[in-house]
Amino acid sequence: MQNAALLIVFLPLAGALIAGFFGRVLGERPSEVVTTAFLLLAAILSWWVFTQVGFGHAVFKVPVMRWITSGDLDVNWTLRVDTLTAVMLVVVTTVSSLVHLYSIGYMAEDDSRQRFFAYLSLFTFAMLMLVTADNLLQMFFGWEGVGLASYLLIGFWYKKPSANAAAIKAFVVNRVGDFGFALGIFGLFAVCGSINLDQIFGAVPALAGKPFEFLGYQVDTLTCLALLLFMGAMGKSAQFLLHTWLPDAMEGPTPVSALIHAATMVTAGVFMVARLSPVFELAPEALKFVTFIGALTAFFAATVGLVQNDIKRVIAYSTCSQLGYMFVACGVGAYTAGIFHLFTHAFFKALLFLGAGSVIHAMHHEQDMRNMGGLQKLIPKTWAMMLIGTLALTGVGIPGWIGFAGFHSKDAIIESAYAAHTPNNYAFWALVIAAFMTSFYSWRLMFMTFHQPARWGADHAVHDEHAEPATASDHAHDDHGHDHTPRESPLVMLVPLYGLAAGAVLAGVVFTKYFIGTGHGHGEADPYKAFWGPSITEGAHNHILHAMHEIPHWVGFAPFVAMLAGLGLAYVYYIRSPWLPAATARTFRPLYLFFLNRWYIDELYDFLFVRPAFAIGRALWKGGDGTVIDGTIDGTASTVGWFTGRAVRFQTGYVYNYAFVMLIGVAAILTYMIAGGVGR
Amino acid sequence: MPRYLVELAPLHSELILIIGAMVLLLWGAFRPETERQADIISWAAIGVLALAGIVLARQPLGNNTLFDGSFRFDAFARYVKMIVIISSAGALLLAPNDARRGKYLKFEYAVLLLLATAGMLMMISANDLISLYLSLELQSLALYVLAAFKRDDVRSSEAGLKYFVLGALSSGMLLYGASLVYGFTGATNFNDIAAVALTKGAGQNIGLIFGLVFLMVGLAFKISAVPFHMWTPDVYEGAPTPVTALFAAAPKAAAFALLTRVMITAFGGIKPQWQQIIIFLSIASMVLGAVAAIGQTNVKRLLAYSSIGNMGFVLVGLAAASPEGIEGVLIYLATYLVMTLGAFAVVLCMRRRSGPVEEIADLAGLATTNPGMAATMAIMMFSLAGIPPLAGFWGKYYVFLAAVKADLWPLAIIGVVASVVGAFYYIRIVIVMYVNDAKSGAENRFMRVPLRESTVMALACLITLLGFLPFPLRNGSLGDWIIATASAAARSLFG
Repeated sequence: MQNAALLIVFLPLAGALIAGFFGRVLGERPSEVVTTAFLLLAAILSWWVFTQVGFGHAVFKVPVMRWITSGDLDVNWTLRVDTLTAVMLVVVTTVSSLVHLYSIGYMAEDDSRQRFFAYLSLFTFAMLMLVTADNLLQMFFGWEGVGLASYLLIGFWYKKPSANAAAIKAFVVNRVGDFGFALGIFGLFAVCGSINLDQIFGAVPALAGKPFEFLGYQVDTLTCLALLLFMGAMGKSAQFLLHTWLPDAMEGPTPVSALIHAATMVTAGVFMVARLSPVFELAPEALKFVTFIGALTAFFAATVGLVQNDIKRVIAYSTCSQLGYMFVACGVGAYTAGIFHLFTHAFFKALLFLGAGSVIHAMHHEQDMRNMGGLQKLIPKTWAMMLIGTLALTGVGIPGWIGFAGFHSKDAIIESAYAAHTPNNYAFWALVIAAFMTSFYSWRLMFMTFHQPARWGADHAVHDEHAEPATASDHAHDDHGHDHTPRESPLVMLVPLYGLAAGAVLAGVVFTKYFIGTGHGHGEADPYKAFWGPSITEGAHNHILHAMHEIPHWVGFAPFVAMLAGLGLAYVYYIRSPWLPAATARTFRPLYLFFLNRWYIDELYDFLFVRPAFAIGRALWKGGDGTVIDGTIDGTASTVGWFTGRAVRFQTGYVYNYAFVMLIGVAAILTYMIAGGVGR
Repeated sequence: MPRYLVELAPLHSELILIIGAMVLLLWGAFRPETERQADIISWAAIGVLALAGIVLARQPLGNNTLFDGSFRFDAFARYVKMIVIISSAGALLLAPNDARRGKYLKFEYAVLLLLATAGMLMMISANDLISLYLSLELQSLALYVLAAFKRDDVRSSEAGLKYFVLGALSSGMLLYGASLVYGFTGATNFNDIAAVALTKGAGQNIGLIFGLVFLMVGLAFKISAVPFHMWTPDVYEGAPTPVTALFAAAPKAAAFALLTRVMITAFGGIKPQWQQIIIFLSIASMVLGAVAAIGQTNVKRLLAYSSIGNMGFVLVGLAAASPEGIEGVLIYLATYLVMTLGAFAVVLCMRRRSGPVEEIADLAGLATTNPGMAATMAIMMFSLAGIPPLAGFWGKYYVFLAAVKADLWPLAIIGVVASVVGAFYYIRIVIVMYVNDAKSGAENRFMRVPLRESTVMALACLITLLGFLPFPLRNGSLGDWIIATASAAARSLFG
């Protein structure tokens, strides 16, 4: 089992190194095969480890090497495998292997596929490092590693300026969050004397409620640290205020969006909060903040998703919104529900992204839904898969009994939000309204893409500035110059869709009772406690998972009703009376523009940060660097040059000169010793 | 083995060298004087050095003193002696090819080198003013001859003469200092001097201080610390290049060890007094070494200033006067030896059909005409400039660390600034090799690199590049081993 864990983590690294350094020699196809095969093997091993850990309750650690020893800081590189890790291993390797497989088809026209697959595998390795972390430094390493891979993959088509801009934006916005995360780690080290998770978890109970003084204010230690850590999570998981990079990240190839910006990397923040649940449980104020940000993000992103026209951006905002759900679950203490939603969401959101990729592939790199329509007949398999994804995302199911994956996990979160009794039940209502909007925009996407009359063909500009170039040289455009009829994607792209669809249908039914329990048992008897083991800590007063099963009946039906309402409204708007959306947009024009422009947050940041930063940068460059630093350096250089001239001139070549210098030296030292040196 | 030989065990490596030198001298004198003969004797001398090294490595440590305490063998001595033997052997390995091409291949070269090395080993173990002077002169006299070894070359003769005259002056000062020290302490043995220096008020004893200053001046000349460095560029430039390669490493290490032992063992009691002088010498050497080197166009002169600057950096470690400082000194000396040999191996290969060339400009475009040589030189230059993780960085790191720990902040800061200025001229060579275009034409090509030179280059590159990486040897890297050994050696001096 230890070897299995090592293989899971290092197979992707091996794949990345092989494809990255020897890809040119090996050729494109072998690189694809090697990385994909390694990932598939890792995925199989992960499922095995998952069954062993989750149901066999084997928690273990695999020491890899001694890493850093410096003063009190003693860091070993150890893989920590408990149920939480095992769940993440399954999610990461499964989605990653399917995305690898899918990319063989999707990227077939690209001419630097080795690089692409190397990056994908590198990303997977970093993500696995993150989830197997036994200490915060290791987690930070993985955290930055996925950030790097994300940067490289968003900017994969590096000749496209918008992709470069998006990559830089993703990196910079994440820096803001990472700054908080790093401060949180430093803080935990300062108060706990260690960054190993076990030692931190052992030390924090003694710190609960103890304040420290900062600039004359009394600040609660753990609240402050938890908030700093959460800042990192906000950046990585694109929560409100730090979410701006995620929609732009859609500039990357679609498989990347599916893997990194839907299923795995963006959920790292949720994972981190769950992993550090012993710390967060002792900081109730911080948890309230987590809930608030989560609810706000869920609501905000859903409103923006309503009006987007780019198929990938709709799904991106949907991801943002769903991440908000997960944080609400963590915020109210239902960590396992958050992780459960993370687990199911990975399947259906990756499915939706890959399905969208299949649509884009069929439409010859068209991403604007206004130029789609009528595709149901032409690409029926993709349509069916997208339908399953939509059913899972909107949470279709029969309340209290059975449904698609999203039904189980999302409803659990909404119920726990109700059970948590936030002020005015704001979290509950925000999530229910978001569920309504989720349903609306998801079905809007389905209807606009597949069911409305076709809007593509000779009269329509198929390519606009949003189009994804298939290669850096755009040669794909020549390939289909004479044939615009969308075609079904090849089998290699459909098989991953089938796999994910199976997860989207079944993940909820099969795993509900392990992930969040049945609510019927008490204490240890509840199966979820045995499943999670010690990997998740719930405070002594945290009975949320029990309370969420004892809520009024109507609460259980609320998301169901919201879902139906969204579906109905979308049907009316986009099938029955297609003139309605335009009319609505005209009537509520300010609101429409507000949503369309993403609440003007990008513009706000541009005004507040980007422009001043450019101004400061320019001032420092011209004034600071040009005048002061260059001036100093040039001045030093010319001074040194002057001295060099003197020193060389001293070297006359005459022995008596040399002897003279020596004697002067002796005399000088002796004089100094007599005058001041002696007796000190 | 006879009993007297067993009792002389700590002296065995010196004995091997001296007996080897005598045997080879007789052998050479009674055989026909051919180049082939000289080459064989060179190899035999390398064998003698190797044997001495093996005997040295197997010599058990302990509180070994001989001849009434005037000869001391400890971990410190063993460590530096190893450095000296390796650099002597390296310099000897590099000699015959150049000598054959320059038509000065004579068997006496190897014999003189063995005698000089024997003198160096005894310097390292010297624990008495008498043995200090005798060993120093044994070394110096052999080196004067080596500097002038190319008898029919004006520059070589000039170099030998200058070195001899100035060396005599410095010897005079050293002897004067020794007599003053003896006069004011009544002892020649370092331990006895130490006993006096430790008494209260020794620091105010102006006679003792004068003796100390003159003694230090004599030794500073040997390590070419500013302002007693003036001979260095001229001698380095004029002497045959293999001799310069020898001068740059082995005698420096030996003289430095001697200086260290005198300061720490004999004058430990008046540390505040000599510390100031060392700091002055250190700063002056670092600054002048960095600044003056910029103006050089000749590679050998440049390396002369480089060695002046490097001795300044080593002096930083001595200025700290702590076990950490001496540890830094020893690490620095070991890495410096490797880099020097590597760099001189390259310089020795700067030879066109028309003869040897020494200008930096002659290196232009070396990266295309001879990439191996260019890469070696680049690695050595980066290492000398102190770029991590190359070996040269660690020497600097440990001496500066020791200085900081000894609260010598200004010294450490000046050292860092000087090494930045120094980086300029090191990296300029790299730029000349990699950016400038080579002069076309077959007559501007360097001749093929001989096997011995390329071996030295490869070894130097390997050690400089990988020595200090966390590369498992058996437990830890070569660098870890050097650091551990240096640490033990430094502590044996204080023990």
